Amino acid sequence: MMAPFYKYGMFNDEVSLILAFVIGIGFGFFLERGGFGSGRLLAAQFYFTDMRVFKVMFTAIVTSMVGIYYLSYLGVVDISLIYYGNTYIMPDMLGGLILGIGFVIGGYCPGTSGVALATGRVDAIFYTVGGFFGIFVFGEIYPMIEGFMNGNNMGLINLPQFFGVNYGLVLFAVILIAIGGFALAEWGEKLMASKRKAEV
Amino acid sequence: MSIKEWFSHHHEDNVRAHALVPKHYWNPYLVGIGLGIVLMLTFVIMGRGLGASGAMSTVVSVVVDEVAPEHAANNQFYQNYLGDGTQSPFKDWLVFEVLGLLFGGFISGAIAGRNKIIVEKGPHISTKKRFLFAFIGGSLMGFGAKMARGYTSGQGLTGGSMLSLGGWSFLLMVFVGAYGMAYFVRRQWI
Repeated sequence: MMAPFYKYGMFNDEVSLILAFVIGIGFGFFLERGGFGSGRLLAAQFYFTDMRVFKVMFTAIVTSMVGIYYLSYLGVVDISLIYYGNTYIMPDMLGGLILGIGFVIGGYCPGTSGVALATGRVDAIFYTVGGFFGIFVFGEIYPMIEGFMNGNNMGLINLPQFFGVNYGLVLFAVILIAIGGFALAEWGEKLMASKRKAEV
Repeated sequence: MSIKEWFSHHHEDNVRAHALVPKHYWNPYLVGIGLGIVLMLTFVIMGRGLGASGAMSTVVSVVVDEVAPEHAANNQFYQNYLGDGTQSPFKDWLVFEVLGLLFGGFISGAIAGRNKIIVEKGPHISTKKRFLFAFIGGSLMGFGAKMARGYTSGQGLTGGSMLSLGGWSFLLMVFVGAYGMAYFVRRQWI
């Protein structure tokens, strides 16, 4: 085992900040390449007119999921040292629901709004200001909902542990679901395209 | 389709004459692999995933702390982002990552000639209304992201690829929320 490098003390915090900037550049670059800087294109997922963002997102999840699993299998990465956040099931689900509603109304999520800002989208300014406002409102009511937020803590738990099945099996299932999702997305796009042609 | 066409997604855009996109983006599956590799490298190098809303929370916490320090001191949420006071709250991994994200997005847009001052909206909505919707959507997103302790990349990409129970529950609900709401705001986009 030699990775995660940071956890094995291969470099200090100062260096980690430089790496953060470099990694961020890669992140922003690919988001923009994928069309995540366009609010219309992001919103198009929800009307099946252009499923590009959906395809990018799930290809990314599958790539990283399989890659990290393979590196762990090879003994390069200690997967137990990777932090991905505890599961608080109720706040996670309610937060996701609110975020989903906000996504289709606003057209972005925090990361994509950054790319939209950087590429000149004026609406992304309003979105970002809204984001700050939403976080502020959350911060203000946080003391009142602390019980809800810290209840249901299930710890660092993944799907294989939760369902009590083999990690590889879940991995395989996610790949199958992703391929099914891609097929659906391609089909949906074609359907909407022919619908539009019929209208014209 | 030639390799060049596949790479640029050119072919598909030509077939779909109605395409929303004027300029050619890269093939989405190719971009996904690129993004996935960045994410995987982040795991390998740092032992953590990507994020963005955390950096926004740092900004909010610092502003609240500047305006009302006592108020911020009594609130655990702000305290989490302010740290122990031994160093600037902006000396934070996510803050630097987001600065990089802005830069990377700008570079990619500049190369492709997509950096333009425009408003993203459908043809049937006024700019003013679009701005209002953007603000409302942003507020909901900020609130929801903090409740879920992360957002699309924190919970979705990172939690998703680590097969986190919370991450996948979160992703599922994002889709429920977005597809459920889509019909009611369709005038904004299509």
